[in-house]
Amino acid sequence: MSAAAAPSSAGSRGPVGAFLRLFARNRLAAFGGIVLGLVLLLVLLAPVLPLADPYAQDKPNKFLLPFSAGHLLGTDHLGRDILSRLVWGTQTSLAVGVAAALISATIGSAIGIVAGFYGGRTDNLMMRAIDMLMAFPYILLALAIVAALGPGLVNALIAVAVVNIPFFARNIRGVTVGLAHREFVDAARLAGQSNLRIILTEILPNVLPVIVIAMSTTIGWMILETAGLSFLGLGAQPPAPDLGGMLGQGRNALITDPHAAAIPGLMIFIIVMSVNLIGDGVRDALDPRLRAGALMRPMARTQIDRRGEAPPAPAEPALLDLQELRTEFRLGARVLKALSGVTLSVKPGECLGIVGESGSGKSVAALSVMGLVASPPGVITGGAVRYEGEDLLGAPYERLRGLRGNRVAYIFQDPLATLHPLHRVGDQIVEAIRVHRRVPEAEARARALELLRAVRIPNAERRMGDYPHQLSGGMRQRVGIAMALVNDPDLIIADEPTTALDVTVQAQILALLADLRRERGVAILFITHDFGVVGQFCDRIAVMYAGRIVEEGPTAEVLGAPAHPYTRRLIACVPELGAGRRELAAIPGLPPAVDDLPDGCAFAPRCARATPECRRGEIALAPVTATRRLRCLHPEVELTREEQR
Amino acid sequence: MGAYILKRLISAVPVVLGITVIVFVIMSLIPGDPATAILGSYATPENVAKLNRDLGLDRSLPEQYFIWIGNMATGEFGRSYSLNRPVLDEVMERFGATLILAGTALVLCSVLGIVAGVISAARQYGLADKAITFAVLIGISIPSFFLGMMMILLFAVDLRWFPVSGMYLPYGGGDLQDLLWHLAMPAAALAVVATGVVARLSRSAMLEVLRLDFIRTARAKGVGERRVIWGHALRAAMVSIIPVIGVQAGFVLSGAVYIEIVFQWHGIGEMLVNAILKRDILLVQGGVVVVATCYVLFNLVVDVCQSLLDPRVKA
Ligand code: SF4
Repeated sequence: MSAAAAPSSAGSRGPVGAFLRLFARNRLAAFGGIVLGLVLLLVLLAPVLPLADPYAQDKPNKFLLPFSAGHLLGTDHLGRDILSRLVWGTQTSLAVGVAAALISATIGSAIGIVAGFYGGRTDNLMMRAIDMLMAFPYILLALAIVAALGPGLVNALIAVAVVNIPFFARNIRGVTVGLAHREFVDAARLAGQSNLRIILTEILPNVLPVIVIAMSTTIGWMILETAGLSFLGLGAQPPAPDLGGMLGQGRNALITDPHAAAIPGLMIFIIVMSVNLIGDGVRDALDPRLRAGALMRPMARTQIDRRGEAPPAPAEPALLDLQELRTEFRLGARVLKALSGVTLSVKPGECLGIVGESGSGKSVAALSVMGLVASPPGVITGGAVRYEGEDLLGAPYERLRGLRGNRVAYIFQDPLATLHPLHRVGDQIVEAIRVHRRVPEAEARARALELLRAVRIPNAERRMGDYPHQLSGGMRQRVGIAMALVNDPDLIIADEPTTALDVTVQAQILALLADLRRERGVAILFITHDFGVVGQFCDRIAVMYAGRIVEEGPTAEVLGAPAHPYTRRLIACVPELGAGRRELAAIPGLPPAVDDLPDGCAFAPRCARATPECRRGEIALAPVTATRRLRCLHPEVELTREEQR
Repeated sequence: MGAYILKRLISAVPVVLGITVIVFVIMSLIPGDPATAILGSYATPENVAKLNRDLGLDRSLPEQYFIWIGNMATGEFGRSYSLNRPVLDEVMERFGATLILAGTALVLCSVLGIVAGVISAARQYGLADKAITFAVLIGISIPSFFLGMMMILLFAVDLRWFPVSGMYLPYGGGDLQDLLWHLAMPAAALAVVATGVVARLSRSAMLEVLRLDFIRTARAKGVGERRVIWGHALRAAMVSIIPVIGVQAGFVLSGAVYIEIVFQWHGIGEMLVNAILKRDILLVQGGVVVVATCYVLFNLVVDVCQSLLDPRVKA
């Protein structure tokens, strides 16, 4: 865990500095830290504070209320000063809780490291024993231990420490197992280091953050537990001051004199809460998964923050028009411009292919159409998406939802991830119908079955009841296609629908899509990185680079005479049509990071034809013939001349 | 399915045996003469001699262990000296009362916790999320025994909505309505911490699931947001929420000890604490073994539910 996290935090005064910064950014954790700091200060200063004797009884003055003369917090059932007992009691409770946490973290982690490092029978035996301990509801074990050892503070401490050992052992073992076969451990073994030395120098430093997280999240709990045992009369014995014990004694006069119980109870609450706040802060700061802010759920629709007016509708609206569409990802201070003004259109029944490397923005363009870009962090910041001329960015959510899967349907890349794993495939198709049409269940089922047959799933009837994991990859994608077709949409947006499949299945799925398209006259927006696939399949091609379309035109023309240097390179990378996945590694250089776009042509750093003008200003996507558009100053072929020939 | 349940049942046997071993080992830690320790210092010499005979305490430890579990297997848990009645009878009666309390609390914390967690995740960083997160923080930090006492002060003493303590009215009563009326406060107090934990984990489980591709697919199909959250996402998140509830059962059972003391609910926790204070070791032993065994069986049921819920783990 820390090995993976280290490089990212190396930029700022080492990992400790990064940790502290992250921790301080968490206001709640800082608040907890301050509160706990004050409590600690109080406890440490106890010997020098002018406190009354916590043991001095004064029976005539029992149950004095708070703010009585000489007793700021009043007195208890024996007339003892509550403030003094509170401070000393807090000291005891904190010390016992922390000691229990340290003991159980040490023993538990040792067990976990040994089990995880040695593995095999040692591991098996130790973890079996730990499982046995975990089979108890924890307090039973604690009670049994106290029953055997007898009530008392130290015995309560032992009991709480023991019952928490399994938690540490399990967590630490898990991490250690992951480390035990990493290269640096193997290297140390080869170098002839002793196991003990490897554990201490290689394993321990790496599991330490996990131990700290585990401790910080359980220490509050242990304070609570030891206080609880004292509350039951099984921990600290009278007359020793202890928060749990004070609470337990206060209970006997709860109704007549509640303050004697309320004050220690509040103190426990304050301590546990501040420790929990700190624990959360530590976990958030150390856990790289949370640190990246990765735990953000996408909303129902991509956020729209359109600056300026929507561009006017085109004179002759197509089925789908994207106009100067801009989508960006806002990750804290960083803004990644995924789409910097994409304009394209799809006519009814037409198939438009969008081609580009990964990161070119082609998928974002596809998802932006129906507001499916994950948001946060995605935001659509400009342009328009028009369906039959209607501006969807301005449309209410319900309107958009009514179009999704109904008029505009999607087919996604990896059908194992994109189908619900716990719903039967038949139900998933039926649902797609019934969210848009009030039809009886039986009718919807019949329709779903019909579609499963149409996508040539053998044994369709039986397959209806299967879960996605029971189908092969190709079958799953057929289900995805059936689901997309079930409402007879006008447009299907297929986002790399064959990329996750192996080559023969790919060809079958493509053939199926082509047939269905011919039969049903549905328009397709086909996203792919594979020129081989588009060539077979699409009427027109748009090539995307760094969030923009760089070249667009009829498939045959673009393939036959690519004008943009980037298009030409992409095509050169495909050895023969349809020969399967071909990553575009053959192009020197990498696509630019979209938060750091160069001025002028984004392809210039990788372009052999680049001249200084290319880097100077914006280059427009200009129509070069009646059917082709191009964003390049020095095209590979002179298109206009070619047209004239 | 049947085969799976059978497999799990068989795998529970060594766990239950392990539990008895652990209890036996702990009890053998008792210093001094075990018979006197088990019976307490008030025991008569005759009783000590009888117990020594019954438990074979003059034999080696392994022999003692097998005699002990042999006795338990035939339902012979011994006799509680402090109550002067068979341990098993007392344990069963008390455990029934605990099950009512803990079971209610477990249902409460599961339902409330999941609902709160789902709402919190669906409105991440919204007002509802912040309010729930704050309430959860308070909930998991407050000692249940303190909360119970404050609830008594407010709802029983001041407002007089609920009785201060007990399971039934001392005279009359004893019907279901009476039971529920007495149950409300202790069950609520017991459920608070677990609700917080379940809410927290449900929230993160939901956030985890809501990022997955099949949620996007559901939205792309045009499924409404309510159904996306409560149907698709929660269904998938339940797979990781159910085990949490299984773990919480142990915590609720544990917290019941405090709540039973505070509300004088005559459950097994109260029995155990009193037995410890009176050094009635046989009663402690019997109570611990019975409750722990039931807990193992409960977790088995949770596992079976889990496999019913997730077709992928079957077989
Ligand atoms: S504009 Fe210049 S740099 Fe860009 S692709 Fe054309 S020739 Fe290359």
